[in-house]
Amino acid sequence: MLYREAGQFKATYAEDQQIFPIRQDRIAITALLLVAFLVIPFVASDYWLKAILIPFLIFSLAALGLNILTGYAGQLSLGTAGFMAVGAFAAYNFELRVEWMPILVSWALGGLAAALVGIVFGLPSLRIKGFYLAVATLAAQFFIVWALTKFPWFSNYSSSGVITTGKTEIFGYVFDSPREKYLLVLAIVVLMALAAKNMVRSETGRAWMAVRDMDVAAEVVGIRMMHTKLLAFAVSSFYCGVAGALYAYAYIGTVEPEGFNLDLSFRILFMIIIGGVGSILGSFLGAGFIILFPIFLNSYADPIAHALGIDLPPGMTSNLELMIFGALIIFFLAVEPHGLARLWQIGKEKLRLWPFPH
Amino acid sequence: MKASILGRSLRPVAATLAAAAIGLGASGAAHAQAKEQFIPLTGYWVGPYAAGGSGFFGGMVDYLTMLNERDGGVNGVKFTFEKCETEYNNARGVECYERLKKKGPTGATLVHPLSTGITYSILEKAPQDKVPIISMGYGRTDAADGRVFPWVFPLITTYWSQASAMINYIAKKEGGHDKLKGKKIVLLYHDSAYGKEPHAVLQDEAKRHGFDLTLIAVAHPGNEQGAQWQQIRQIRPDYVILWGWGVMNPTALKAAQKTGFPREKMIGVWWAGAEEDTIPAGDAAKGYVAAGFNVAGTNYPVIREIQKYVYGKGKGEMDDKSRVGSIYYNRGVVAGIITAEAVRLAQERFGKGQPMTGEQVRWGIERLNIDNARLKQLGAEGFMPPLKVTCQDHEGSGLVKFQEWDGKQWKVLTDWIEPDRKLVRDKIEASAAAYAKEKGIALRDCSKEN
Amino acid sequence: MQFFLEVLIGGLLSGVMYSLVALGFVLIFKASGVFNFAQGALVFLAALTTVGLMERGAPGWIAGLIAAILLGMAVLAVRKGRGAALGGRDWRKAGMFAAIAVGTILLIHKPLPFWGAVAVTLVFMVGVGVATERVVLRPLVNQPPISLFMATIGLTFFLEGLAQAMWGANVRGLDIGIPDEPIQWVMDRWGVLVSSFDLAGAGIAAVLVASLAVFFNKTRIGRALRAVADDHQAALAVGIPLKQIWAIVWAAAGFVALVAGLLWGARNGVQFALTFVALKALPVLILGGFESIAGAIVGGLIIGASEKLAEVYIGPMVGGGIESWFAYVVALLFLLVRPEGLFGEKHIDRV
Repeated sequence: MLYREAGQFKATYAEDQQIFPIRQDRIAITALLLVAFLVIPFVASDYWLKAILIPFLIFSLAALGLNILTGYAGQLSLGTAGFMAVGAFAAYNFELRVEWMPILVSWALGGLAAALVGIVFGLPSLRIKGFYLAVATLAAQFFIVWALTKFPWFSNYSSSGVITTGKTEIFGYVFDSPREKYLLVLAIVVLMALAAKNMVRSETGRAWMAVRDMDVAAEVVGIRMMHTKLLAFAVSSFYCGVAGALYAYAYIGTVEPEGFNLDLSFRILFMIIIGGVGSILGSFLGAGFIILFPIFLNSYADPIAHALGIDLPPGMTSNLELMIFGALIIFFLAVEPHGLARLWQIGKEKLRLWPFPH
Repeated sequence: MKASILGRSLRPVAATLAAAAIGLGASGAAHAQAKEQFIPLTGYWVGPYAAGGSGFFGGMVDYLTMLNERDGGVNGVKFTFEKCETEYNNARGVECYERLKKKGPTGATLVHPLSTGITYSILEKAPQDKVPIISMGYGRTDAADGRVFPWVFPLITTYWSQASAMINYIAKKEGGHDKLKGKKIVLLYHDSAYGKEPHAVLQDEAKRHGFDLTLIAVAHPGNEQGAQWQQIRQIRPDYVILWGWGVMNPTALKAAQKTGFPREKMIGVWWAGAEEDTIPAGDAAKGYVAAGFNVAGTNYPVIREIQKYVYGKGKGEMDDKSRVGSIYYNRGVVAGIITAEAVRLAQERFGKGQPMTGEQVRWGIERLNIDNARLKQLGAEGFMPPLKVTCQDHEGSGLVKFQEWDGKQWKVLTDWIEPDRKLVRDKIEASAAAYAKEKGIALRDCSKEN
Repeated sequence: MQFFLEVLIGGLLSGVMYSLVALGFVLIFKASGVFNFAQGALVFLAALTTVGLMERGAPGWIAGLIAAILLGMAVLAVRKGRGAALGGRDWRKAGMFAAIAVGTILLIHKPLPFWGAVAVTLVFMVGVGVATERVVLRPLVNQPPISLFMATIGLTFFLEGLAQAMWGANVRGLDIGIPDEPIQWVMDRWGVLVSSFDLAGAGIAAVLVASLAVFFNKTRIGRALRAVADDHQAALAVGIPLKQIWAIVWAAAGFVALVAGLLWGARNGVQFALTFVALKALPVLILGGFESIAGAIVGGLIIGASEKLAEVYIGPMVGGGIESWFAYVVALLFLLVRPEGLFGEKHIDRV
């Protein structure tokens, strides 16, 4: 009832091809954006903005990047954090070395630098597939972090190898408070998410999915393998690179190459698998889950244990958190192997029939 | 079908999550004006470095609990704590910091991030929130220049002081700085920002004293060092400085044994000088020397007080009581002493028996003067070096002791050894000045501080 | 030349240690097509359990928990054992569970000698392997590989938490009685430094591989395993008990993890970093092929030797520390020539 699309007729091609063809979706997305832009900044505390919402958006963007590569083009990658590092360090260097460079441009250039590196490390994908490729992308992960540590030029000869980002100033306006930073990140993420949504419905996206589903068949019908795969690597790395630049500028402020380690790559991979492989929405859901859940466990494990009258030995809470987190991942996969996005889809199916399921 | 079951069973979960989300934001206001001094514990009790994290925060909490039990805190203000697991991960460290900074009646007193990465991540956030950062023996070395970094305290000693003190120790062992000439020293370092910290200082020392310095990198995590030690065997150095972290340290000791390099000639950094680094290496660690700004052992009045007032009453943070008195634990006790002394000093200025704000505690840290007499009162004479912090100098001591692993425990080998202060200080000031210039920070005028 | 030889031999011997870890991955991938990310965690769990048992016996709560689960399973076995349809009850299975349960209780707070601890750990690891098959993999049968991969990552978190919850965060040493010192007579004769421990480790790995090869090729279960690896459906159709076979494979992986854990634990100490040895195994895997035991060994040798030689000869030119990525680049270059790895099976894609 709530989600019935019957009676919505598409009279023109433009209507048929719009990004959200169903009216309820349009309303929902508009409402969501309105809340995100107009309500949340004024309701959320600094803690929520700084420690949860900004990283949530940034990691969603990185997950989105990985999802383009893994979920849509079917190329498993474990080098996400490496590409983020390229984005962060490249943006820093553009900003540092070119006086007049506007910050948004240097972030975009950071993304482009990451895209170039992505293309280089994407070359092996023309020959190798699956887990073999995944392990090969680890080479990117380790090599990038090694190079950033090893060559002091990247960190402007700082003795400790870390970089400290400057002010975020756009047209003379300084984005300083958590609220401003949140809005800026939100705007960038929303734009890039919409672009991604559009891209995956375009010819490019369809080519990616054809390669994902069966590359031999795709090649037979005339999809250019090299062009398609490398484009996926480039676009994906661009998203990750911008996420890396935002991570450095809008979130942490001071970053070291080791911050972009393999753990982070895995964390982002978890996000898309939990959220839903091959789903834009899934990237956001997964990022939310992977970021919020450990925090939730950490905040409430002790109080809950106290309420139950169990006195946990010191350190035990951390171990239990890890165990519960692992068990929940397994549980989720057993119940819904296609991720949270699939759950949402099932929910929509239900709503379509609700309240008369027959 | 499956989905509907899930939908039903998820509903309470969702409700809890929503309730929790509201709680996360609001739980700070609950503690009204209690006489409590809140200390956030952003540490790690799980993962590869859990032994260090649990030991350090165990010692710190035990010391402050001992004060609570014995003296009723500082002038009646008791210390309270809350733990937050960072997993040694920068993003989680930031979240922990943000979550805990406003708790307690006066907010976080100060924060010990116990991770260089997290220290960097909150370096610019903490001053805005008026929470002092204490990074004892890690973090940003040039923060020792208090004119540029008023809120950051790399207390007791920094990596650069340590590197210099190591050379002084070697010179002493060889019988004078002139004997260093022509000696070969290898720096075996963890290939990361941390491992690169001592390069510049050691290179300067090498130039000045005329010894050969070879830098050999070990890739993270360092559980494989065959190639590096074969290189070392070729060079035949007189000393190897081990600048390692985690599993790299026992592996290095094992590999030294494998290649027949004498462990007496290996000098470890303080993150390579705990029981966690030597015990896994077994016999291979015997004779190995490491730097430290605190010593191991339980034979100090302050540890005995902890055993009496904390463990004697069935409390205490350590699961494994044999770790009381270990290097990391004692380092935590040092952190506890510094924390309590800073609060005490702040109270004398801003009101005895009142909980202090971060800003007031910062004032206290900057005026800490823990001399030998005070250390004796605290029961910690020889346990840590005397400490005198000023507005200029946020390091406060720079002294290092060298300890030898005898196969069972750490034995103190030397008295407190001085670094080459001028060399280190010049470097700190140059680096801090560069940072100040980049960030547009005006140097604080220390003569105006009262 | 001598130096070159020394580096080469050192590299080959460490390569064998990588192979040991890679073997665990290969076993499971071969039989069930799962890329088992938890292998590193299994290595850690096995080593920590052994030293923990030696140090202070089983912790009360976990032993109680295991015993309770086992007793519950014993009761279940009696109530609806396999013979239940015929009116019979599976007393044998019940008896086995009950016996292990009693054994577990007896272990509480009783430090064991080395071999006793190894034996108990072996039983525990087999139990973990079987439980993994039942709880993690069986609900996910027929799911895409990436879901299974993710499930093993969940398992990794669980096992890492479990290991430290059981035995605490302390790092420990482990002495398995093989000295880690240069062998003197090799030194005297050829002037080449070879560690006795590395040599022994290589020997143990060789024995392990040989026995696995015999197991796979000569025994009934081994043949069934290969049949399953070839084609699940066909194997099922000819009456091979798929679930049992998978349980056996996971148990075998637990065993390999135990051996790897003991050797690596004795080498670098028993601590969380043991989980990182999995990273050393990954390039070996892609080089040798995910499905070949021989590939794991040969891959290990190549990776070990080339990585050490590169660190010594190329490392100084670029500032060292290239071991972190060099192995991956070697594997990558190799894959460009042979995309299915050294001994991997060639797949022909058809539309």
